[in-house]
Amino acid sequence: MEIIQEHGMIFLIIAVIFGLYMTWGIGANDVANVMGTSVGSGAITVTTAIIIAAIFEFLGAVVAGGNVTQTIRKGIIDPVPLEGAPEILVLGMLASLLAAAVWLMIASMRGWPVSTTHAIVGAVVGFAIAGIGLEAVNWPKISQIVASWVVSPVLGGIFSFALMMSIRHLILNTPNPFAAAKRWGPVYVFLVGFVITLVSLFKGLKHLDIELSIQMSFLVAAIMGAAVGLIGWALIRRVKVDEEADKEFHYASVEKVFVPMMLFTACGMAFAHGSNDVANGVGPMAAVVGLVQSGGEVSQSSALPLWILLVGGFGIVVGLATYGYKVMRTIGSKITELTPTRGFCATMAAAMTVVLASRTGMPVSTTHIAVGGVIGVGMARGIGALDLRVIGGIIMSWITTLPVAGALSALFYFILRTIFIG
Amino acid sequence: MAGNSPFASLFGRSPFKPMQEHMRTVNTCAIEVIKLFEALCDCDQEKLKATQQKIFDLEHEADTIKNQLRAHLPKSLFMPVDRRDLLEVLDLQDTIADTAQDIAGLLVERKMTIPDDMREPLLSMVRRCVDACNMACKIIERLDELVETGFRGPESESVLGMVEELNKIESDTDQMGLELKRKLFAHEDDMNPVSVVFWHELINMVGELADYAEKVGNRLRLLVAR
Repeated sequence: MEIIQEHGMIFLIIAVIFGLYMTWGIGANDVANVMGTSVGSGAITVTTAIIIAAIFEFLGAVVAGGNVTQTIRKGIIDPVPLEGAPEILVLGMLASLLAAAVWLMIASMRGWPVSTTHAIVGAVVGFAIAGIGLEAVNWPKISQIVASWVVSPVLGGIFSFALMMSIRHLILNTPNPFAAAKRWGPVYVFLVGFVITLVSLFKGLKHLDIELSIQMSFLVAAIMGAAVGLIGWALIRRVKVDEEADKEFHYASVEKVFVPMMLFTACGMAFAHGSNDVANGVGPMAAVVGLVQSGGEVSQSSALPLWILLVGGFGIVVGLATYGYKVMRTIGSKITELTPTRGFCATMAAAMTVVLASRTGMPVSTTHIAVGGVIGVGMARGIGALDLRVIGGIIMSWITTLPVAGALSALFYFILRTIFIG
Repeated sequence: MAGNSPFASLFGRSPFKPMQEHMRTVNTCAIEVIKLFEALCDCDQEKLKATQQKIFDLEHEADTIKNQLRAHLPKSLFMPVDRRDLLEVLDLQDTIADTAQDIAGLLVERKMTIPDDMREPLLSMVRRCVDACNMACKIIERLDELVETGFRGPESESVLGMVEELNKIESDTDQMGLELKRKLFAHEDDMNPVSVVFWHELINMVGELADYAEKVGNRLRLLVAR
């Protein structure tokens, strides 16, 4: 107790610094992956992607980022053995943040497809085992989380497969695909707005003091979807048939209809990423802040302070502006094989899956889900060539990330404990 | 940093562009065969040699594209078509260029003289065979559209229609080949017997241009029907 009272301010400052470091890293690397499908398909420029990401990552974090933050903050560790020793939790959360951030830095320099989510979950579990004991880990919750890591990319794949098939059926394989694209385009845009709003609203805005009934949620989501669909319709209306390009490739004009539509999936994706991944940086920070402010009350049930989500959103935007744009350019230039229709399906499916996961509080990997989305399109015979060795790389990154982040976190924990407790 | 994000490495090189590039090269090679026979009919040795050289160069170019494509088609690649079927189409395309090369080689290395009444039917047959190659090339050019539509719907119907047409062109060339051989055998007594054998061989080789073009189309039908 005394330790927290004595060093409370220092802990707070360190927590914010580490939290910023972590979210900076997310902005610098992770966001580029998330926006990759939109930039790569040529639908939006890198600059547009940055602006969209800055706004919607922030919105996603603030509006829908609460649930996952709570999971990282309180769901993984059983607080009961820590009654009376809150400083252990404070130091552990600081160690976890640093460990995850350092591991992500190393991994992204090496170009490994590591997930921020896996890193932070591995780090928190690692600290819990080393610092408290095996029994401190909420194993049922962990198994749920790990299961969600397998289920979510598959779900993303299934969604995108279904979307691709529907686009084929309604648009591409009709006598006049261009007219069909113009007719159905706004409907798809409506769906993007509707689904993402609905999932976020569904009893999800408690921390903003907004509570809507189920009917109200549906109504607001429908209005939101209609508004977005209307903007989409206005943009799609301006797309003209390009006869020259159509001679070369019969579906060139149809693809062009999907370019403005990808603007909306890009927003949705940034929102989804903000709602899920910001929590990775912000969750441990929130835990530290909560403990310090309550004077060491471990089982506190205080709500998540909004400013913490704001700090997370800020870190991501800075990461984007200082480094993320470079990574985005590299990735964008490498995936030009993805055409707007394909990019649309993959991105929309991924955004829906991530927002859904965020709603249930599951910290999933946005990047892995987006990969799942692309593979789903491939399964629908939609992409020239996919190198499925990536799946092996992703599985390898799981096997390494969890223990390495855990071990690093334990190491940092013991160092911090030596410094502050002796 | 992040040089190989999971996305960047997820996308393999699509085989369809190189397939089309290969077929275009092969087709140009086949078109040159017309010039070869025109030079023969005009007894223009220089044009004959120049055309032969061009065919050899084009065949070599096609080989390079083929080998590069094969090298970038690892087994881990997931494609909308079966990898073996695709490689088979590629091999068939390549055989067209090989055949053109064989024809060019024979015409340059062995002095062939052509009976007057065979000139026109021979040139028509060559042109018809090259028509078949053109058709095969047009079909391969539609691979982009097939991938876009998932090898289903009106687009695949239209490609299958083109394959039908290709089959008709090939039957034409069969007929023309038979006619030509009939004319050749009529000269059996006044021609050098070795020449007769070589002309017979040559007519078959020209016919093979269309045969392989037809096989390209028929193999593609399997890709669509997977």
